[in-house]
This record gives sequence, C-alpha cells and structure tokens, in this order.
Amino acid sequence: MQEAMINKAKQLLADGTVNRVIGWKRGEFAYDITPAVFESAEELDSEFVYDDFTSANVSKYLVKECKKEGRILAFLKPCDTYSFNQLIKEHRVVRENVYIVGIPGGPKLDAEKIKAKGITGILGVKNENYTLKIDTVYGEETMPFYEAILDKCASCKSKKHVVYDELIGEDGDVLDSNRFDMVEKLENMSAQERYDFWREQLSKCIRCNACRNVCPACTCEKCVFDNPNSGVENKAPADSFEENMFHIIRAFHVAGRCTDCGECSRVCPQNIPLHLLNRKFIKDINSLYGEYQAGEDTTSRAPLNDYNKDDCEASIVHERGVE
Amino acid sequence: MLKISLDKLDKLFEAIAASQTLYIPADREDGAAEYRKYESGMKLSNKLNTLRSAKDFFFPQTENLVDFKMEGKNIDVIDVREESEDFVIFGVRACDARSFTILDKVFLAEPVDSYYKNRRDHSTVVTMACTRPAETCFCGTFGIDASAPEGDAACFSDGENLFFEAHNEKGQKFIDSISSLLEEGNTSKLDDVREKTRDILKKLPLANLSTDNFGGDKLNEYFNSDKWGELSESCLGCGTCTFVCPTCQCYDIKDFNTGHGIKRFRCWDSCMYSDFTKMAHGNPRLTQLERFRQRFMHKLVYFPANNNGEFGCVGCGRCLSKCPISMNIVKVMKALEVK
Repeated sequence: MQEAMINKAKQLLADGTVNRVIGWKRGEFAYDITPAVFESAEELDSEFVYDDFTSANVSKYLVKECKKEGRILAFLKPCDTYSFNQLIKEHRVVRENVYIVGIPGGPKLDAEKIKAKGITGILGVKNENYTLKIDTVYGEETMPFYEAILDKCASCKSKKHVVYDELIGEDGDVLDSNRFDMVEKLENMSAQERYDFWREQLSKCIRCNACRNVCPACTCEKCVFDNPNSGVENKAPADSFEENMFHIIRAFHVAGRCTDCGECSRVCPQNIPLHLLNRKFIKDINSLYGEYQAGEDTTSRAPLNDYNKDDCEASIVHERGVE
Repeated sequence: MLKISLDKLDKLFEAIAASQTLYIPADREDGAAEYRKYESGMKLSNKLNTLRSAKDFFFPQTENLVDFKMEGKNIDVIDVREESEDFVIFGVRACDARSFTILDKVFLAEPVDSYYKNRRDHSTVVTMACTRPAETCFCGTFGIDASAPEGDAACFSDGENLFFEAHNEKGQKFIDSISSLLEEGNTSKLDDVREKTRDILKKLPLANLSTDNFGGDKLNEYFNSDKWGELSESCLGCGTCTFVCPTCQCYDIKDFNTGHGIKRFRCWDSCMYSDFTKMAHGNPRLTQLERFRQRFMHKLVYFPANNNGEFGCVGCGRCLSKCPISMNIVKVMKALEVK
C-alpha cells in the first residue's frame, strides 16, 4: 500500500495536480509516526510511511493547509473522510484546494497496548498473519495483532469513504459496529455508579488540551478556554469538579458534529475514554431525532441545527435525567 | 550492603508509613503507574516509570500562594503557607531523581521559592535502579546512570532482594529508621544484574544520542535554524509534553475572585499554549513555530547557558511516548544538530 501511495503522490506532484502531499513520516522507532507535509519525490521516497501505526487523522491539518498556495494531496482513511466532510459542511475547508485519495484504513495498532503487555525495549514490530513479532533488546516477543489495535479501530463504524477524488483499493461499507456497547453499560449503571465512573476517569485529566487540539470538530480560531477575556478561561480549575466540566462542555460543543473519529481518546496521555461522552450524545441524537451520522454528507441539516414540529420536547431531557 | 527480601516489601512500607507519609508508584486500574500515598496492602508497581513525573511532589500543578480578603477599603493579606509534613518518595527512577537537581537550580536559586523549598526540605527521596529500560530511555545522553540513581538513598533489586545505599545524611537517617528490617547481604547477584542493565543501556536505540553539539554557546545557530518550520509543522499546540515532563518548570500566576477577596494561585503553564507569557502588549511568540522553538531552545541552549552547562532534560522518554503526534526532543536534536 505504501508503495502505491508514494507512486500516486509522485505522479500527482509531477503532473501538477498538487504541489504538496500530507501524510505520515517515519520516526525513531516502529511506532512513533508524525503527520507531515511532503513537497518532493525525494522526501516521499525517504520519509513517507503508511503502515499499521499511521493512525493519526490528518483532516484537521487541512483547515490550515487548504488556505495555502496551490492544492494539497491528502491520503484519507475512511474515518478521516467523515471528519473532512464535516469540515466541508462547516465551511472550514476549501474543497477544491484538496485532492483526496481514499486509502483503506485500519485496524491500526496502539503501541501503548503492546507496552501494556510488559513488552519493552521495542526495536521493531512486524505483522505476520495477524501475529505481531516484536523485536526487543530483551529478545523476540509475540502477541496477537487484534489485542494491540486501537480502541477506535476495535469499534470501527465504517470502511466507506464519504468524500474522495480517487481511491486506492476498493471502497468498503458502513459497518454494524459495537460502538455503543459501553455507552449502554454506562446507561444501565445507577446514577451514583455512573457519577463515580466519570469522576474517577476525569480526575485523571492534566488539562493538556490534547483532546481538544486534535479534535477535527474543534476548529474555533480561539477557544473560549484559551481566552483570558472570556471569563471562563481556566488554565487551572478552581476545583476538581470544574476540571471535570471542561470535558462535558466540550462534548456538548461538538455534539451533532463529532463524527466519532476517536482521536480524543487516542491522544489522551491519561487514557481517559473521552469518546464515550461523544458516543452518548451520538446515541441520544439517534434515538431522539432519528439516525444521524455527522460527516456522512455535506448537505443535510444537522439535528441540532434543525427544527421539525415532531422534534422531541425539551422535557424529555428532564424526564430522562430523573431516576 | 544492607538488604531486605522482596517478599517483605509490605513490612518495609508499613514501617516507613508508620512514622511519615509514604508515596510509592502503584498501578492504576488502567494499568498505568502513578505515585500514590501508601496504604496497607498497596503493591509497588513493576512498571518502568510513572505516567506523570515525580516533580508533582515539589511543584504541584496548582497551588495557592496568598489570599487577599477585602472588607470595605481594608485589604488583609493572608499567608497561606503551612509547614509541610515529612514524607518519603520511594521508587524514584534515576531520570526523575536528576530532575529534582534541575528544578532545584530554578527554585532554590535566589530569590528562593519558599513554597518549593518547604516541600523539598521535608522530603526524603529514595530512588530505585532500573533493570528494564525502554527504547524511549535516553538518560545516558545527560550523563545519568539508570543503574546507579541519585537521591537521598538508593535501592537496587537483584530480583530477590532489595539493597540499600545512603547518599547523604537524610538517606542514612532513612536507612537507620528501617534498619531493624534489614540484614547484611551478598551483592554478587546484584552485581550481575547491574552489569546486565548497563549492557542493555548500551544497546538501546538512543544510546548514541549526544549533547556534544548543544549548549549555551549555540544560541544563534539554533535559534535561526530553518528546521523549526518543518519540525513544528504538525505540533498540535497541546501541553502534553510539558505536563508529563519532569523538568518543565514554567508556571503562570493568576488571581481567582472568590467574591469576598482574591486567591492568588500559580499553575503549570506550557510554552506550547497560545497565551504563554502573554503580556499587556500581547504575546511575544506569535505562532506555534516560536512556541515550539522555545521549549527545545530552553532545554538545549538557554538552560545550559544559565546553569553551567546542565541541560534541561533527563531523557525519561515520557514525551516520546505521550506526544499525540510523536514529535519530541530526540527528533528535534537529530534534525537540528550542526556538527
């Protein structure tokens, strides 16, 4: 796949379709991949990588990249296309300035899951028939591929590309995923259990803002939480409850716009399952307003931006909140 | 060397905790290790390192500095400082132990930061030698020996026993306080373990990373390097690297209006943030390139310039594992280096 992508990129650079390519760059180890922009065939040959660890969603970078001179080639995985489509819908990207080549997605690997098995000193990771052969300074280790995949890939919602100029490989289908299982489990908890669950998770937050900064739905020029004049800027919270509120407020802000790309949880240095907040909103929107997938299209009106006479009454929120 | 059998660790922790507060690295439910206040039955984590660094003990993420209470035209200034209790941090790794030396240079230089000093004075740091370093480790780059950590006292495991070594008066006092549990032990197996660890350290992928071409005299060539654009291109501007870093020491001071007065507090700040060092006239670092450059120039050039050549990094590798886009000081050093 990597070779086909490099060849495609070189061809599109050579024929002038694009003047830059956004993709992923090799790191020091097997897994530390950095999103990067490439401008020449030489750079592509020496540094471009697409493998089991290239999980970062590059859609958000296109908000800035599409404002630069010329057109950029973006390789988008199925989940990334939903993010990009949503950005088109919100007029955050200039579609014509991005040439999209859809590529098959994951499942991608999570280096943290390999390390969690006690495997360390990792020098190389190879996938042989879905068994990972891991070369380490302490000797070779193996583990099943599927035990090391990212959470977001374990509940993949779609293998379909919702926006592209061309595809490498065949397009897939929307999947019947298990992504609401954990949300249901939380819903079935007592209010106290649920409260305790979230207090424990959110109290781990170190307020690094990685979840917000990576989120393709968070594209405000200046976040209120970064603006000293907003009155709610909080580099440090007044108490631990206020800290917890940040994530709840953020989830509300992206409700109906979050495509469930899972980047928030992938980047959280404290392993907080932030995507569960977003999925709760997605599940609620589905049940209250009918099935809706943010990023699926660029024209429909989003449930929370639309009014229908048969919309559920606001009181339903109140009723559901009482146990 | 004095030792205790590893299966008697519980007794050791009980004994320490009986006289002062003890913190040990323990596993969270999600498997990550963090320092926790010892309670009976708590198990020492066997993870290489804690997710958050040990700097939190001396330089917490937030802390109140002073209160102002207003009544009419009268303002009372209330000193909120309290004498810290004595505490022991057990199991600190060599990298984090060195980070305290670096933080000391900042907070204990004149004018001394009394908040920091208070906690530092009341602490005993008991380090633990590494036996299974990770690929992300590069403490050796900064002259740190993971098999011989600093700290007030150090301990070394040979897989069966834990051996103790005092480095100063405080450390000796600590060992004396638990001496009834210790016995003299043979270190021949330990010597093998340490030799093995040193071999592994040499084989780590970053073992040859060198600071030779960095330092206080490299200001202009690195500040003006044309590499910063490419390096900072995909930086998200989050604070992960700075907040998991054991040596990042920047903070912001803010006033919180309680309605009856002001609580003046300080909290960790990150040079990656858009309002970092924002002043009345605006922000001196306008784009992510300048903010990104600040972090690495600080560690590799400014800090050694002001501290007799000491670098502001200990090679713990936390930023290497935690940066959402895997950009880090190692990649910066390799890209930037002018020989």
